[in-house]
Amino acid sequence: MSGRRAALAFWLFVGPFAAGLLLFTYVPIGWSAYLSFFDARNTVTPTDFVGFDNYAGVLTDRAFLDSIGTFTVFAAFVIPATVVAALALALLVDRVPVARAFFRSVFFLPFACSYVVAALVWKMALFSGVDSGVANTVLGWFGGEPQAWTGTVDPPLYWVVLVTTRLWLQLGFYMILFIAALQRIPAHLYEAAWTDGASPGWQTFRHVTLPGLRGALVAVLTLNLINAYQAFDEFYNILGDSRGYPPFARPPLVYLYYTSLGSGGQDLGRGSAGAVVLALVIALVTLLSGRVLRRVG
Amino acid sequence: MVAELSRRSFLAVAGLLGLTACGSNTGREGSAAGTLRHWYHAYGEDGVQDAVRRYAAAYQGAKVEVQWNPGDYDSKIVTALQNSAVPDVFEAQVKVEWVRQHQVAPLDDLLGDARDDFLKTLLDSQTVDGRLYGIPQAVDTQVLYYRPSLLERAGVAPPRTVDELVDATRRLTAGGVRGLFAGNDGGVAVLTAPLLWSAGLDLLSADGREPGFDDPRAAAAFGKLRELHQGGGLLLGAPTDWADPGAFVDGLVAMQWTGLWNLPKITAAHGDDVGVLPFPRLDAAGAESVPVGAYSAMVNARSADVDAAKAYVKWLWVDQVDHQAEFATGFGAHLPARHSLAAKAEPLRAGPGKDVVGFVTASGRIASPARWSARANTALADAVARIAREGADATGELRAALGVARDEIARLDR
Repeated sequence: MSGRRAALAFWLFVGPFAAGLLLFTYVPIGWSAYLSFFDARNTVTPTDFVGFDNYAGVLTDRAFLDSIGTFTVFAAFVIPATVVAALALALLVDRVPVARAFFRSVFFLPFACSYVVAALVWKMALFSGVDSGVANTVLGWFGGEPQAWTGTVDPPLYWVVLVTTRLWLQLGFYMILFIAALQRIPAHLYEAAWTDGASPGWQTFRHVTLPGLRGALVAVLTLNLINAYQAFDEFYNILGDSRGYPPFARPPLVYLYYTSLGSGGQDLGRGSAGAVVLALVIALVTLLSGRVLRRVG
Repeated sequence: MVAELSRRSFLAVAGLLGLTACGSNTGREGSAAGTLRHWYHAYGEDGVQDAVRRYAAAYQGAKVEVQWNPGDYDSKIVTALQNSAVPDVFEAQVKVEWVRQHQVAPLDDLLGDARDDFLKTLLDSQTVDGRLYGIPQAVDTQVLYYRPSLLERAGVAPPRTVDELVDATRRLTAGGVRGLFAGNDGGVAVLTAPLLWSAGLDLLSADGREPGFDDPRAAAAFGKLRELHQGGGLLLGAPTDWADPGAFVDGLVAMQWTGLWNLPKITAAHGDDVGVLPFPRLDAAGAESVPVGAYSAMVNARSADVDAAKAYVKWLWVDQVDHQAEFATGFGAHLPARHSLAAKAEPLRAGPGKDVVGFVTASGRIASPARWSARANTALADAVARIAREGADATGELRAALGVARDEIARLDR
């Protein structure tokens, strides 16, 4: 193929996607950064330049700071739980002598389910506040009082609903990542360890399996962190209603949604400022965690 | 060969995607020039959608396409108004923002002699700086539904003060039935304004230039919501929310705060065993109340033909009295927005329906004033949620909400 034809082919293939990326990703990002310096309410072509007012507004807004706190709590629950449970599942499924593909599929299937659908099932069937809800029925067997799961603030039972939804949805995916990594650990390492007198339980796991999973662990942690930042679907569908969203358990994206797109008061300037701040925080945390994990690895 | 083919079709698909991406989103596809697009939110009552399509088809002046919008309609309208000529006509409640941004057209000239026939409070609520921007379609209100038989069995009188409501909610909770349902947020969204009214306060002052709740009595009123939450009789986490009669119809609760529009479904389920009450007063200095709101027909100022859109609105919402009567009372129960129709509305001439008409006349309050902004509303709702659900300090929370509300009011007049 001549150089020219190669170039033509390259642009034919890459062009549409590069154009799409430019048009639908980079232009909106740039526009959002532009909007963040204007009083842009109910308009995307503002004229009222306000400098850093929107940034000051968002950084002193208790709701925004709370949303960062919400994210931190959520990540602190979900990330360790996902890593431990997905790894445990992977080890179990990898060891099952029969029907391995079946078990793998069973645990992976929830990943194919929509977040919105799962959230609605969790809210309306499993953790509904009426006495006939599944969770309340189970509680009843053990003599417990029925609970308003998504409505109880003290103790914050809504976290049970939010965290279990996400775990159910994503465990299978991370399990698959771990299984793939497990199968790449050479069998001769185990044989060597056993020959050297390592016992097949914890000792082998600690000194052979875990070091072999280092790459997968870093990937799972990073993906999980980014996923936790993106939390929106299950929060919005479980706790939100037609009239709005409670002031607690409001993750950053839900806050930004209500600020910039909520009915009546679309404040795109402040919403954009929040989005820019959040993007910076995510970039920073991801870089830092990448560096820390690499050093540990 | 296989690889070649799939690569080629891949490219074709990619090219198509690119083309459609460029070609769509004009908001104008599929309708001829001169067509008016009319948006409604999705009414829950059966038959409304067919009816409004029938009205649109009967209009001779232009072709009208009706779009039914399930989901978060209010946000959708706000987005559409920013820079789209669609819809030409839509239903909503007027917001000062829209007027300031010149997004909606004034409609004063449409009413003519009919002006006096419309409920004045409704017209006032759709008026900004002396100009009318929406023709009220029908009146929505919310009331406290209760089951007289259950109250009798528990030895509880219908509550006429907030304390009695708190007490009744607790005492009516027994055997799997809870006392009260006011939404899955425990009444934060729908009872905030009625609680202020119960204490003789309001969201905004009478002239709309000040918040109306800078008063220690506001903290007292929201403290009562905290008591309701702590009493254990409030249903939370129901399968449907306050706007749906489900919890009350299914017998999960003895009392529910919900819309008049649910009256037909509720009487179908419980027959005569249905009573209605306004929201009670806090004490002698406060008042009973029911919130009054009206979706109004409005015209997009960016419409390709504002005059045609206005002519259609005049035809449907001013001239076609029969359509208006059917729209209000033919499906769910709404009060007609006009005196002449309200007097004739059959479902509202006896029983609970008649009581509600009395409440609206005697103590109806505008639920969502045009000058009350979404951001102020969120700040107040957050404060009330923290007070009622988390037991936060009422005075401190309300001070923060007052600050935001003052900011927002000042911004409207800047």
